Amino acid sequence: MAKRVGIEVSIAVSEAVKLANVDVVAAYPITPQTHIVEHLAELVADGHLDAEFIPVESEHSAMSTCCGSSAAGARTYTATSSQGQALMLEICYIAPALRLPIVMTVANRSLSGPISIWNDHSDMMMSRDTGWIQTVAENGQEAFDLTLHAFRVAEDSRVLLPVIINLDGFTLTHVIEPIEILDQKEVDRYLPPYQPQMRLDPEDPVSIGPVGMPEVYTEAKKAQDEAIKGSKEVILEAWQEFGDLFGRYYKPVETYRTDGAETLLVTMGSLSETAMTAVDHMRAKGKDVGLVRIRLFRPFPFEEFLAAVEGAKQIAVMDRALCLNGAGGPLAIEVKAALYDEPERPYIWNYVAGLAGRDVTIENFVEMADGVEAAAADGLRGDYTMINVRE
Amino acid sequence: MAKETGMVSWKDLALGCAIVKPGSSAELKTGDWRSERPETDYEKCIQCGQCYIFCPDMVYTQNELGFYQPNLFYCKGCGICARECPADAISMVEESE
Amino acid sequence: MIEIRFHGRGGQGAVTSAELTALAAIEQGKYAQAFPSFGPERRGAPVMAYVRVSDEPIRTREKIYEPDIVVVLDPTLLGIVNVAAGLKEDGVVVLNTTKSAEEIRERSGITAKLALVDASRIAMETMGIPITNTTLLGAMLKATDLLPLSALEGPLQERFGRIAVKNIQASQRAYQETVVKE
Repeated sequence: MAKRVGIEVSIAVSEAVKLANVDVVAAYPITPQTHIVEHLAELVADGHLDAEFIPVESEHSAMSTCCGSSAAGARTYTATSSQGQALMLEICYIAPALRLPIVMTVANRSLSGPISIWNDHSDMMMSRDTGWIQTVAENGQEAFDLTLHAFRVAEDSRVLLPVIINLDGFTLTHVIEPIEILDQKEVDRYLPPYQPQMRLDPEDPVSIGPVGMPEVYTEAKKAQDEAIKGSKEVILEAWQEFGDLFGRYYKPVETYRTDGAETLLVTMGSLSETAMTAVDHMRAKGKDVGLVRIRLFRPFPFEEFLAAVEGAKQIAVMDRALCLNGAGGPLAIEVKAALYDEPERPYIWNYVAGLAGRDVTIENFVEMADGVEAAAADGLRGDYTMINVRE
Repeated sequence: MAKETGMVSWKDLALGCAIVKPGSSAELKTGDWRSERPETDYEKCIQCGQCYIFCPDMVYTQNELGFYQPNLFYCKGCGICARECPADAISMVEESE
Repeated sequence: MIEIRFHGRGGQGAVTSAELTALAAIEQGKYAQAFPSFGPERRGAPVMAYVRVSDEPIRTREKIYEPDIVVVLDPTLLGIVNVAAGLKEDGVVVLNTTKSAEEIRERSGITAKLALVDASRIAMETMGIPITNTTLLGAMLKATDLLPLSALEGPLQERFGRIAVKNIQASQRAYQETVVKE
């Protein structure tokens, strides 16, 4: 039976990894991911988890090790953050190209410089185009649930791609809150043992990772692109089944009080909760504001997103990363591109907020909703501004 | 208009662009990249095996008499064997038609 | 929803206090959220930790700016940090101190309700160490109706194992000895 407990979100994530009965964990500690891998190392050392814990000498080695173990057919997990992910990025591109179903938690943290250990989404955006499936957790329960979902999706024979679960550093990783922890029987019903389609085996040799000459590289990338696009169906199916089994249903795009809303906020990650409360405040004052939260970032759920924002007059997109000198924050660019071909497009203003742990308050979300309405009324050309910057 | 396409459909690639047939590179003739080929003077050859060791393409194999013979299906004519041979038994000969 | 801010120095257990409060509330079937003032750990530096407790699911990740309860683990912080910053009008400041309410008000300018306890002495006498975090939890529960004192027992037991009993005793003594001044 599932049990509701007060638990630090990082520990709950490690418990999910344990319940997934992983074979190999290869990780290097980095703030704010540390508690996740420390707890996994303890679980292995104390005999609660029958897995190889490989304490590698860098994140580059961590991901290389994960590729090796996954290619050998082992259920493989790692976790990292920011600079650590930057160091492993070279291999992060290789894992999906080799179709290795590794699962990784990224405790989202800003990228240096200036040096920062605090939370934003710059690392998530850095790995945007690596070809990993990426989900984003809003709270501790989701972090737990999405971890199990990640293994289920990654290893599905129709997918075979690595999955990142994004989890706001500190804002989620270091918070204690009530989380329902499933038991082993329940998890086993949801997550079957991994059955590799192809693995490194001396009895049945294959070569993985060969050179892709110009005569084949384009075809290899086309196949990879089709694979991640096709993964959405399995992602939805795995969420549906999770809901049917445990009562918590997840969607790639969630809406909150969007009925009749002329103004929408668009968010991703744990601050979506703050935004919901802001929407409640605004609705109480008679303002027609709603919220659209994106849970699946890659593959980007275009269809669901367009349905969610249909009818809105203006949208305020909050980004938690900069796309320096680009057309806005990365999420806003995605949203604008998604809407470009629509016959009727809402007005869009982009707010870059919450960089490196800078608090984003309920008041800030009200400011964003008011701001986009004013900009639309004034007919300003859509742009981006940074919130809470001291001039 | 000319256009360039791939050697195989993306639908026919193995998972992750893997090579699932072991040893398939053996079928790939690379010997025709050559403009010179090595010839061994077996009068001079001391059977030391340096050509076998240094050849980057593993062209040489030892025969029953102990001599090392090149398989020209793979030999690209780089000349390393000729340069390394301590007995000056290997010389590079220009390929003719 | 009740919002609590703990003030301490790195190493004194402010974060643990926050965690234990949240765990106790969750065990009572409530919703709670405990989090540190995020950053690198620095022993001795003034630190803060936060808790939210509610009967409804908590849907905000803001920092806590206007707490209902402030708990101060270290008496020397009063002169350094404005511990009552943002405190709600009907809020309470729980202090580890040997001083009287009048002295505190005069020195710090705090006008809010005060809950005073000599937690350092209680901690030394019951546990033999001047770590006051669990002691002050008893004082906090005396000054508020946040949770029953018994709610601490489970989380203390789980966290401290065989030394839990001394922590429970310390919190109980503080509960008895705390003086509340409107």
